[in-house]
Amino acid sequence: MTLHALETRPTTGTAAVRLAGVSKRFGNGPTVLDDVSLTVRPGEFVCLLGASGCGKSTLLNLVAGLDAPSAGTVELPEGRAALMFQEAALLPWLTAAQNVELALRLRGIGKRERRARAAELLELVRLRDAGGKRVHELSGGMRQRVAMARALAQETGVLLMDEPFAALDAITRDVLHEELVRLRASQRLTVLFVTHNVREAVRLGDRVILLSSRPGRIAREYAVDIPQPRRIESPDVAKLSVAITEDLRAEIRRHGGQS
Amino acid sequence: MTVLQNDDLASLEAGLDALETSDVARTPGWRRVLSAAWPPAVALGLLLLVWELVYRAEVQPAYALPSPADVGLVLLEQLRDGTLVEAIGTSVERGGLAFVVAVAVGTPLGLLVGRVRAVRRGIGPLLSGLQSLPSIAWVPAAIIFFGLGEAAIYAVVLLGAVPSIANGMVSGIDQVPPLFLRVGRVLGARGLASARHVLLPAVLPAYLGGLRQGWAFSWRSLMAAELIVRSPELGVGLGQLLDQGRLLSDMSLVFAGILGILVVGIAVELCVFAPLERRVLRRRGLLGTS
Repeated sequence: MTLHALETRPTTGTAAVRLAGVSKRFGNGPTVLDDVSLTVRPGEFVCLLGASGCGKSTLLNLVAGLDAPSAGTVELPEGRAALMFQEAALLPWLTAAQNVELALRLRGIGKRERRARAAELLELVRLRDAGGKRVHELSGGMRQRVAMARALAQETGVLLMDEPFAALDAITRDVLHEELVRLRASQRLTVLFVTHNVREAVRLGDRVILLSSRPGRIAREYAVDIPQPRRIESPDVAKLSVAITEDLRAEIRRHGGQS
Repeated sequence: MTVLQNDDLASLEAGLDALETSDVARTPGWRRVLSAAWPPAVALGLLLLVWELVYRAEVQPAYALPSPADVGLVLLEQLRDGTLVEAIGTSVERGGLAFVVAVAVGTPLGLLVGRVRAVRRGIGPLLSGLQSLPSIAWVPAAIIFFGLGEAAIYAVVLLGAVPSIANGMVSGIDQVPPLFLRVGRVLGARGLASARHVLLPAVLPAYLGGLRQGWAFSWRSLMAAELIVRSPELGVGLGQLLDQGRLLSDMSLVFAGILGILVVGIAVELCVFAPLERRVLRRRGLLGTS
């Protein structure tokens, strides 16, 4: 099953997200992001990886339009982006289906179509029977899938994910990786995925971007030439993860060795 | 390399979902009512027993401390000739009307104080200060300003209830998790849409708490006002009935009046606010499923 609007979206073009010379500091505080330039191609899955203080979340907020850069430009040629948080952030006074419907409603979609589309989207994340459940009746993994359906309901084509699986147990996380890869392929999504988990980044991304900390800058980039579907335990994933982890540790050591 | 097929993933997910959620069976309504009803019934029985014993010990003369049976008889008589029912009706009508007006005034006032910083700085402290002012303190001012009439009663009740309701709204707004507001913005909710779909539903539990307290203040203030504001043109409410009892030195009548006040207070709590609050909290999973 695919969604109508997604089918007609052009998959050609040069950029789904384009950041040029983006810097960010809050008030008179230290620079959080320093001269970050990054282009995400349509349909690409890019993972942003970094230790604490690398400004990953700040960067996503800039792309989501929740905040404005201090310098540089953020462009989304295809329009807006949907954002998923570490917590599912579902509204607890609504059912699962109503949470999805809210995204459609705020786009001005009529009641009957809303209901049908929400059911379609829940089916897509395989929660067809959970639509009437309240948020507290869902497990953590189910909540993140509802959040995913809600993000898809925005039909932005660009999905920003801020450590969306960090709070889940390892078994659930593994299953949701699989689910995300499947959805991304079937819905032709562009994904910008923030994580501090090296293996997760290699498991999911077409490209992994390592950010340095304080200020956040792009330190290195890695193309992940392992065919999907991948397994997080596979030797190829492990091998690249080891290499990236070495670089990440080198970045972190720079901060301890300055005094 | 082994990779899950689509169907395998679906069944895996279904299995995980089933393991991580559980359906809790709810006890039937009548059993909950029954198990909730017996402790207060026993407590009431004990209270009556102690009362009867104190009466029999003749700690005070019978006109100052009538027996439970005497009070029961007066209560029955008052019920039969309609005095008590009428007094309750008059008071509930006044209290209800004042409460509705207090909600209509307090709700937008709370929104204004909660959302507009200048307004909060200006009248926020005053509003929380007013909440701790006993509303009976307004009675002399209300009588001088409005004269001995309904207007004075309503003024006192409103001055008691409006701050509670507004403060409930303000504290509700302060407690809205910022994450919900961010989600609203990400989903494209701005201005009114954000207020309607995110802010107001998020505020609801605290607002209900404010309403509940607002009603309690209304009812209390009303009794204070009715005790003092009396005139032949005014209908006889519970407060006025109490004062009649005092003038006649009829302790049984006074007790009957107090019982009437209590019964209304408890009935409104049990029939209106408690179910409303339970419903809101249960929907949000903030209540144990017992």
